[in-house]
Amino acid sequence: MDAALKNNLQKIACKARMGVIEGTFNAKSGHPGGSLSICDTLTYLYFNKMNVDPANPEDPKRDRFVLSKGHTAPALYAVLAQKGYFSRDELKCLRHIGAMLQGHPCIHTPGVDMSSGSLGQGISAACGMALSGKLDESPYKVYTILGDGEIEEGQVWEAAMFAAHYGLSNLTAIVDNNGLQIDGAITEVCSPEPITDKFAAFGWHVITMDAHDFDDIDRAFSEASAVTDKPVVIIQKSVKGKGVSFMENQVGWHGTAPNREQYEQAMAELNAQLKELEG
Amino acid sequence: MSDVIKKATRDSYGEALRDFAEEYKELVVLDADLAAATKTGIFKKAYPARFFDCGIAEANMMGVAAGLASCGKIPFASTFAMFAAGRAYEIVRNSIGYPRLNVKIGATHAGISVGEDGATHQCNEDIALMRTIPGMTIINPCDDVEARAAVKAALDFNGPVYMRFGRLAVPVINDRETYTFKLGRGVVLREGVDAAIIATGLMVNEAVEAAKLLEADGISIRVVNIHTIKPLDKQLVAECAVKTGLIVTAEEHSVIGGLGSAVAETVTESCPVPVIKIGVNDEFGHSGPAVDLLKEFGLSAENIVKTVKDAMKLKK
Repeated sequence: MDAALKNNLQKIACKARMGVIEGTFNAKSGHPGGSLSICDTLTYLYFNKMNVDPANPEDPKRDRFVLSKGHTAPALYAVLAQKGYFSRDELKCLRHIGAMLQGHPCIHTPGVDMSSGSLGQGISAACGMALSGKLDESPYKVYTILGDGEIEEGQVWEAAMFAAHYGLSNLTAIVDNNGLQIDGAITEVCSPEPITDKFAAFGWHVITMDAHDFDDIDRAFSEASAVTDKPVVIIQKSVKGKGVSFMENQVGWHGTAPNREQYEQAMAELNAQLKELEG
Repeated sequence: MSDVIKKATRDSYGEALRDFAEEYKELVVLDADLAAATKTGIFKKAYPARFFDCGIAEANMMGVAAGLASCGKIPFASTFAMFAAGRAYEIVRNSIGYPRLNVKIGATHAGISVGEDGATHQCNEDIALMRTIPGMTIINPCDDVEARAAVKAALDFNGPVYMRFGRLAVPVINDRETYTFKLGRGVVLREGVDAAIIATGLMVNEAVEAAKLLEADGISIRVVNIHTIKPLDKQLVAECAVKTGLIVTAEEHSVIGGLGSAVAETVTESCPVPVIKIGVNDEFGHSGPAVDLLKEFGLSAENIVKTVKDAMKLKK
């Protein structure tokens, strides 16, 4: 990937992480861990992959995105705000009464294509969007991000069966494989492994990628775009809490907001990262 | 009564989907391996490219319907009431109701008249479940004419609609030529002053028959057909209370949470009069021929007559 482009995406992702921290800190609740693990992928999608225009958010030919792991909405909001769907100031009002930004994504928020948050449901809606695109012979693509704990939901596999049966090659699902869910490690709670084998057995084209390396993200999505006969799943190896040292790989940061001290430390770390990126 | 034509509203549903497909280009149909029973097979035969079998996976079917609707399609997601409202409840709530998507749910085999399949498939709770979802429209047509009109009304309405159809062939009581369907508006089938029977679905015909029997005993009954259970025609319900001072509701559904509950809620808030509910009591059904089950569970004109006579004693 072009160095300047990569640097730009890294800066956007870093600012998205700041948005996650600001949002959850001001909300005094929310899910920073799993939000931080998808910031790079969301940044890549909205700034280098998807055909979307904040000035025309309802364009029927736009690419769609469904955050199936809806609890990580802070990351989506932080990226949508940077893309220009709404003011960055909204992030500070996340989860507040009367605020635009709900605890989980709502279809009525600019840039949000589907309400989600009850796990396992977003991928089905993404299948419906992809099917509609096939019916209309429209060129748009549909992307959805699931959690690796989320795929324990049976509905995910109903959707996986459906997508393969109807050859939804315009659908790319991303499984955020950070290895942790609320009650602990996914392998200890009720293991969904082997994830790659399961999707392959369900008839999907399976790609693995490093969720925090834009070169690898670029490689994975380029490979996904070349698939024309089946749905694609990208299993992204990620770090829960990525970018904030004390949150990384800590299951306790799944659904806990930082206090003021932690907020300040996290923002200091992210500001240092941004400064380094800005050279 | 030998000249009465009978038809199951599930047949009306399948035929209506086929007949309106040409006019409504965005109409697509989903089913969950029950096309032969829900009668969406009639549509499938005529428009195979617009029919999608989701397999035995109702949760995903509702989510796919939501996705299709978000892209401008008008999906009719079809399965038995038990699975549409029961198994897939939370998907209907969160993926269809909350985003207020234009999904039509065609729920067949509702109520005790499923018959021989027994309690696991006799859904007497679907109206109650669907009523709790904000913005959900619920239509429970009483016959072939009304069922067909309900499908058309659902197509013309932008928002989620739950339509309830039956397996059992029931008398066609509306006149095809003169019938008009107004979403959210009840229909006064008969005027009367001593009591009002407010009925829905296949109990509408029973209510009309009961009114005739009661008339012979000198009791004057107003009969109202409520095809749209939500939003309820509150004005008409209140009018029944004021005009007659006694309401008996009749539905092929649990007495908990259905039409009777909806009517009682409205009446107690506006003009309290006794509301007696006829429906399936707080119990499961069992296997047997539908007509016998309807009688056993009190879903008959005879039981309405008896209930009205008993209830008359409550009038002050």
